[in-house]
Formats: sequence, C-alpha cells, structure tokens
Amino acid sequence: MLTFLNIAIAGLLLGGLYALIAMGLSLQYGVARVLNISHGEFIMLGALTTYTLYSVAGINPLLSLAIAGPAAFALGYIIHRTLFKRIAASSESPAIFESNSMLAAFGLLFIIQNLALIVWGPETRGYSYLAFPVNVGGALFGANRLVTLGFSVLIGLAFYLFLARTRMGKAIRAAAQDPETAGLMGVNINWVLALCFGFGAAMAAMAGALISMCYPVHGVMGIEYAVIAIIVVVLGGLGSIPGSFIGGFVLGLVGSIVAYFEPGLTLAAYYGIFILLLLAKPTGLMGK
Amino acid sequence: MSIDRVLSKLWVPALLLIVLVLLATFTRYASAYTVILVTSILMYVVLTVSWSIFSGPTGYISLASAAFFGVGIYTAALLGTKLPLPIVILIGGLASSCLAFLVGALTLRLKGTYFAIFTFGLVELIKHLLLWYEIRMTGTRGRFVIVVDNNTIYQVMLAIFVLLLLTAYLVRRSRWGLALKSIGENEQAAAHMGVNVTLVKVSTFALSAVFMGAAGAIMATRWTYIDPYIAFNYFLSFMPVLMAIFGGLGHSFGPILGAAVFAYLEEVLITRFPYYYMLLFGIILLVVIVYLPNGLMGLVQTWRTRRLERQHATA
Repeated sequence: MLTFLNIAIAGLLLGGLYALIAMGLSLQYGVARVLNISHGEFIMLGALTTYTLYSVAGINPLLSLAIAGPAAFALGYIIHRTLFKRIAASSESPAIFESNSMLAAFGLLFIIQNLALIVWGPETRGYSYLAFPVNVGGALFGANRLVTLGFSVLIGLAFYLFLARTRMGKAIRAAAQDPETAGLMGVNINWVLALCFGFGAAMAAMAGALISMCYPVHGVMGIEYAVIAIIVVVLGGLGSIPGSFIGGFVLGLVGSIVAYFEPGLTLAAYYGIFILLLLAKPTGLMGK
Repeated sequence: MSIDRVLSKLWVPALLLIVLVLLATFTRYASAYTVILVTSILMYVVLTVSWSIFSGPTGYISLASAAFFGVGIYTAALLGTKLPLPIVILIGGLASSCLAFLVGALTLRLKGTYFAIFTFGLVELIKHLLLWYEIRMTGTRGRFVIVVDNNTIYQVMLAIFVLLLLTAYLVRRSRWGLALKSIGENEQAAAHMGVNVTLVKVSTFALSAVFMGAAGAIMATRWTYIDPYIAFNYFLSFMPVLMAIFGGLGHSFGPILGAAVFAYLEEVLITRFPYYYMLLFGIILLVVIVYLPNGLMGLVQTWRTRRLERQHATA
C-alpha cells in the first residue's frame, strides 16, 4: 500500500511539471498553430537562468519565476511577431503554414540550444534548494518537489481562470476555435496569436525554473521535455487547455508506474502510449 | 529554332550522363578524402530523393527517415559478418521497406502534422526499445560492424543512387506518379476518381524506404561502431526534409541539388566552425524557410523568367 502511495505521489509530482509544460505548448500549437519543437529550449533557458541567478546573485528560485516568466514572454512575443507572422503571410494554406512553422521551430531549437551551449557550456549543473525530506502519509518526498507541484497547479489554475473569465481570455478562445471569424468579430488576430506564443514561452520558462529546483539542468535538456509536451498535448486533445492539464498528470502517473518496474523503459512507454493514442483516438482525451 | 529546342531538351540528360560517367570513374583519380566526402554527399542525396518520392507529391511530411536508415544500419551490424555485402544491403533495404509498409498501413488515417509527429515518435520509440533491449538482454550498448574499404562503399552508394534516380524518374512519369500527385492536391477527390489511395500511399512509402535502408546498411560499414543513438539519430529525419525544401520540392532536380549543396555546406561548416556549426545550421534553416520558400530551383526559375522577360522586352 505504501509502495502504491509512493508511486502515485511521485506520479503527481512529475505530472504537475508535465501539465505546466504541456499547457504552454497547447497555447502555441492549439491556438497559434505552431508545433513548437523549440518549446523545450525555453524550459532550458528558464532553468539555466534560475540556476545562474541563484548561484551567482543568490536570488531565490521562486523569485526567479517572476523574472524568467516575463522575460520569456517578451522573447516569445517578439519571435512570433517577426518570424511566424512572416511565415503565415507567405504560406498559401494552413497545412503549408503548419509544416513550415514546424521546420522554423526546429531552426529556433538549434539556434537557442547552441547559443546556450556557448553561454553556459555543456556541463550538467544543479543546486540545492529546500532539499529536506517531508513525510507525506508515510512516504518521504523532497520539500522542493512538493513546492514545485504547488506552484505548477497554482500557475495552471491562474492561467485557466485568465482564459475562462477575462476578455482577453475570451479573445484567445475565439481565436482557437476559428481565427477568421474571430478576426471578423474585431479580435486583433495577429496580436492574440503572438500573445499566445508569448504565454506559451513564459509557462515553459517558469516550468524550467521549477525543474531546476529538483533536477540537474544542462544545455540539451530541452528536446526531451518538448517531446513529452507534444505527447501530453495530443493525449489531452489538441487545443484543450484543461485536457493538457489533466493529460500531464496522466502521463506523470504512467511514467512513475513504468519507472517503478523498469526505469529504462519510461521514455519508450511514453512513445508507446502516444503511438497507440494516435491510432485509437487522435482527438485525445478531451478533444471533440 | 528547332535545333535550339532539341538542345534545350537534350542538355539535361546529357549533363546527367556526363556527371554519372565522372562519378563512376571517380575513384581512379580522386583523393581518398574526396571519395569519402562525395560518399557522404551521395548518402544525403539518396535520403533526400527517396524522402521526396513519397513526401514530395503527397505533401505528407515523413520524419521516419532515420528509422528506415537505422534499420539498414542494424541489419549490417547483425548480418555483416555472416552474409556477403550485396545480400546484407538488399536485406537492409527490404527490412526497412517492411517497416515502412507496416507504419504506412497503420498511419493512413493520420493527416498533416499528426503524421509528422507519429513518424517522429516512431524513431524515438525504436531507439529506446532497442537501447533497453541491448543493455538488458545483450549487456552491451553498441555493436561493431565489418569494415569495408572506402572505394567499395562509394561504389555501392553510387549504385544505390543511380537505381534510385531511375526509380524516382519512372514513378514520376507513370500513372502511379499522377495518382500520388492527385492525392497531394485533394485526397478525397482522388479517391472519387478511382485512385486506390491506400494502396498508392503505402506502396510508395515502402518503396522509398528500400533505398534509405540500403544506404544505412552500407554507411554502417564506414562507422564501424554503432549504438542506438548513432543509428536512430533524429537529426537524419530532418535533414532530408530540409534539404528537399532547400533545393525546391516542386522540381525533380530540386531535392538532388538541395542535398548536394547542403551536404557540402555541412562539411565545410563542420571543419571550419566545429563549435558554431549547429548554430549556423539553425540560422540557415530559418533563412531558407522565410526567404526561399520555393528553394534553390525556385530562385533559378525566377532568374530565368526575368531573363526571358528582358529578352522579350528588347526584341
């Protein structure tokens, strides 16, 4: 029973991070239609920035959330306004835009990753923050991991409320459903899409800041998280923010169950689930 | 005027013939380094042209090239010491083709990006399963492959390239090629017109994988040591896509030109700027997508139309 609890809580802790990462990608892919494979690089930037701020300037990693988030938002916003808007204007159809923007995102991945390698070097880094054990129903977990889960859920919920309750959130949801009609109804569509891309980048960077509190970080950590984010977004249903949130926890649980029996197969299990899901129900858990 | 026309029709095959003769006699006079360089370029050309046999006309972006290539590599690693080289290469090609047939049959219903993600996931799935299997069951991570001399590797690669060109040409000129094109333009309409969409898609996908697997089987002998990370490197899934777009997908020579220029560029960048190579690669990728959506061939074409317009203007 204790093992079961252990696995379940470990899954939730992992799932919180996955959920946050996937919500960011869901905005970029579900609304802005960019399958942003460079999503993981924003996670990496957030993680390494937090590490540097903590180890050099002694800034609290939780405070770094408020620095990395807005900085990544600005970066994402600018990238969409300059790069993806251009690609959208020159693409003849949405399908061409999807393939071109995916390739452009790969270009971004290589650029950001290698700039980071030049700045931070190839070493794996880590720091110790709130690393004392906490007893959860008999199982021991690091306090930093529990804080991570708390903040993931908090950021996720805050963002959900923003989408559901505010005027700007309504514009984003409208753009996700039908960009052309939303444009006709007076939504400034280019602005909303750039906004979504920025929010996605911000959530990635904040997730990265949280990840750096628990796991070692390095320049090429991004791609694995990006692929996990893609899997979760498809699992939850394209364009469904709550779907991504729930999907993150589902994948986290699966990961911790598989890791308990056979750690070497965790990633293979993710891909396996992903492939089965695409074949059985491509619309995902919450998709229509 | 008619001589002009005959010449304009003949210059492409004539040029091709000259290039092929040059390539076939290449090992007699070129330096060892040049042979290795041209082998690498040919490998990328083979991957790109076989990728564009299927993905060019249909518009389905396949990111499974690395999987087919990797199956060829592992065939060479497993059978290289037991069977003669031509048979190993043949088996490599056929094994890849079987995988492609299976994948194609499974993924038919997926459209657009879903197909791309699925094929990308496939490469990673195979890589991780293989890695787990090797560590768990065989106790090692990598394998050694038999060594073949560089001239033989070159000649085999050239043979694969010539066969591939012939196949690509025949497919393009046949009813089959027309069916592929109609699928790319409007799949539903193609089905209504009596095209067996499923059969055409799956068989072309399987056909294109033959050459990738064969190329993998022969390239493995050059690397001598392989592991799942080397064999199923997702970078090799993206290179063919990028090279084909770089050259221009709309033209039969686009993918060849794109792959040749880009592979050479890669070699130069790696030797000159080993640390900034991937960064430069990313920048080139962005520039090509934003400024050259029709690729190098598109550039050549606009240049030619402009010249023709000028001629007409003066006449």
